Amino acid sequence: MGKSNSTASAGERLINGLVKENPTFVLMLGMCPTLAVTTSAVNGFGMGATTLVVLALSNLIISLLRNIIPKKVRIPAFIVIIASFVTIVQLLLEAYIPFLNDALGVYIPLIVVNCIILGRAESYAYLNSPIPSLFDGIGMGMGFTVALTCIGAVRELLGTGKVFGFGIMPQAFTPIGIFVLAPGAFFVLAALCALQNFVKIRGARAGKDTSKIGSGCTEDCMNCGEQGCSRRKFYDDGDDLVVEDLSETEEAKTDAES
Amino acid sequence: MERKLKVSSNPHIRSKVTTNGIMMAVALALLPAAGFGIYNFGIRALLHILITVAATVLTEFLFGLYKKKMTITDLSAVVTGLLLALNLPAGAPLWIGALGGVFAILVVKMLFGGLGQNFMNPALAARCFLLISFPGPTLMTNFTCDAYSGATPLAALKAGEVVNVTDMILGRTAGTIGETSMVAIVVGACFLLLLGVIDLRIPGSYIVSFAVFVLIFGGRGLDLQYLSAQLAGGGLMLGAFFMATDYVTRPITAKGQYVFGIFLGIMTGIFRIFGPGAEGVSYAIILGNLLVPLIEKVTMPRAFGKGGAGHGRK
Repeated sequence: MGKSNSTASAGERLINGLVKENPTFVLMLGMCPTLAVTTSAVNGFGMGATTLVVLALSNLIISLLRNIIPKKVRIPAFIVIIASFVTIVQLLLEAYIPFLNDALGVYIPLIVVNCIILGRAESYAYLNSPIPSLFDGIGMGMGFTVALTCIGAVRELLGTGKVFGFGIMPQAFTPIGIFVLAPGAFFVLAALCALQNFVKIRGARAGKDTSKIGSGCTEDCMNCGEQGCSRRKFYDDGDDLVVEDLSETEEAKTDAES
Repeated sequence: MERKLKVSSNPHIRSKVTTNGIMMAVALALLPAAGFGIYNFGIRALLHILITVAATVLTEFLFGLYKKKMTITDLSAVVTGLLLALNLPAGAPLWIGALGGVFAILVVKMLFGGLGQNFMNPALAARCFLLISFPGPTLMTNFTCDAYSGATPLAALKAGEVVNVTDMILGRTAGTIGETSMVAIVVGACFLLLLGVIDLRIPGSYIVSFAVFVLIFGGRGLDLQYLSAQLAGGGLMLGAFFMATDYVTRPITAKGQYVFGIFLGIMTGIFRIFGPGAEGVSYAIILGNLLVPLIEKVTMPRAFGKGGAGHGRK
């Protein structure tokens, strides 16, 4: 598992986190901070950047300690490492960027239980060497930051008429208040996900290889270390787009084996 | 043996009732309320109705073009647009109906798969979207229009003022375009009841349970004037007859429809009496819509011969 990944270059890891396995739009991880703090572009960016730092450092340390941590207690060990970094980051934020600390509030300590961080520790850092792990953390963090900033910017634009605090909309625009409230987060997240899938399927129709956009799919789900894959493959059979559900064939394989 | 048996797949019996027949009936039944709204609030009410219906129909048309599956002829977009317009205050800016219409059709109905698949009444969901988004006194709560200004009767009632119940029943009060006249709504509802498009299960249990709730928790005892003001005021009648009975978002079982009506009555009572606002019909109905799958699951009747006494119940 993950053998091909250990030799992966740093650049490949960055692109992976940003596009192929974008934690928000593709893996659908870390939904709690995504929905809760993206009321403005600044908040989204702040949350993303904070998570990026914690993610990169905890990935690096976990990867360095991966041969020492016994398998049975790996989750508590990960949590301790992640919690240490979150505490450091929170103290730094309180000291140097207090307004962001106030805006993000309880969601900073909650980074400890952010499933992106634990997910990457479990599925990547614990299995791979330190340098790719570090860049995997940075790539995932960048993907998270970009996604949160996008969601925050759209919500801020529609909900208050501003982006990053600068008034953009014309005077006649009446802010649509629901977008800075909780329901707006769901609307915007869903719309951006749909847009992303739309582009992906368009790409497939145009004959591009979407397996590179979606995930590095080899159709061999049993031996695939990929986390959060939809188990679906899109391809073009000449005149139409085919969506193949790989989970069914996988179940069939499991049945045959047992 | 002249008559031959025709072997075919089901359904074997077809009803003459069609979707656009029902939608046409509902649209016709809404006309008295709409007409009274125009009489009451002037030309601005008519503009609201036209703009909102145009927005819903146009959205349905464009989505049909994009999906290459035209559903505009079932008239459901007209009914949605009309219901939404009747739920807008006449003093609101005219673009609000257009935005609400697009939201109702595109987000609430079409993105979930079109008519029959929406889990929430599109017109009501759009009204709640607008209410939450634009709470300002110049927007969704702008009831100032022509002859009537200031608070709706329900808000006045909540503030402890005395209201004129006769005016409320006739509809000569402030409010949204279509909700003010109880008489006009009941005339439309009777038309639907006679045609058999709706029955009294949901509206009846809704209104009765709401009245009982008000008598018990209203804090006024057996004050009939207060009770009739609560019944005639706000969107209760419009909601009970036209929106809670929406075929798509109501329970399909008879028992479930009573449960649904009683739930709506209690929720409306809670929102009106204990909530911060004066009105709660829209929120009660969309909350009820969300519970419909659960209600249906619990009240599903047993098929004849299955699971009777001593069978299947262990």
